[in-house]
Amino acid sequence: MRLEYFDMIDTVTTFDPSQKRIATRSTVPSAGASPVFEGHFPGHPLVPGVLLTETMAQASGYLLLALNGLTQMPFLMMVDKARFRTFVEPDAVLDVSAELIHEGSGYAATKAKVTIDGKPICDADLRFRLMPFPADMRELMETRIAAIGLEPVRN
Amino acid sequence: MSATFETVAGIISETCDIPREKITPQSHAIDDLGIDSLAFLDIAFAIDKAFGIKLPLEQWTQEVNEGKAPAEQYFVLENLCQRIDDLVAAKKA
Repeated sequence: MRLEYFDMIDTVTTFDPSQKRIATRSTVPSAGASPVFEGHFPGHPLVPGVLLTETMAQASGYLLLALNGLTQMPFLMMVDKARFRTFVEPDAVLDVSAELIHEGSGYAATKAKVTIDGKPICDADLRFRLMPFPADMRELMETRIAAIGLEPVRN
Repeated sequence: MSATFETVAGIISETCDIPREKITPQSHAIDDLGIDSLAFLDIAFAIDKAFGIKLPLEQWTQEVNEGKAPAEQYFVLENLCQRIDDLVAAKKA
């Protein structure tokens, strides 16, 4: 993870198009490796809940991109039932998964969660607006999904 | 009033915090009820789930934007409910 660059997902471990699920893994930076921990909190480094939400959103976003073959860009539009059950400290290895709950016209809904060694850390229901790619964002996403080892469905 | 309208009105009231008595079959979702596009996606999600359908919002929006259909055709609630009934019937057929 590179928190300050919003690169929240390190690698894709499984992508199952038939089940519309993705499993990913990310390692939280060490305390001295990210300025985020200088403020949250001094002497007591914890990953902010808002960044855990972003992590779940990115796993969901990659799932949607892979399922639609990068034809539309998902933008987070709603966070519902978010629960943060345990603190996340530096160097933690996060298993971040997401599944598609509903594919609507112009939007999609997912359920996402983070676990560490099988222990629930956080979870949320997320919804995304699906829109045409702005400017050169599609190329950026192509590069990013290749970097995390995701092979999208190509129609 | 139809069961479909009652369900849709309930969804709109709960989703957008609009008093139920202000929602009538003649209400225009955007012009009369002030529902914005984000809130309408929220409503669409609830309608999709309630009726087991997929409202073709992208198609409707495109038709309205291109002048091929008036917005009232889809966004006045009695018309919206008719579309929902049509989609439910098509799914059953």
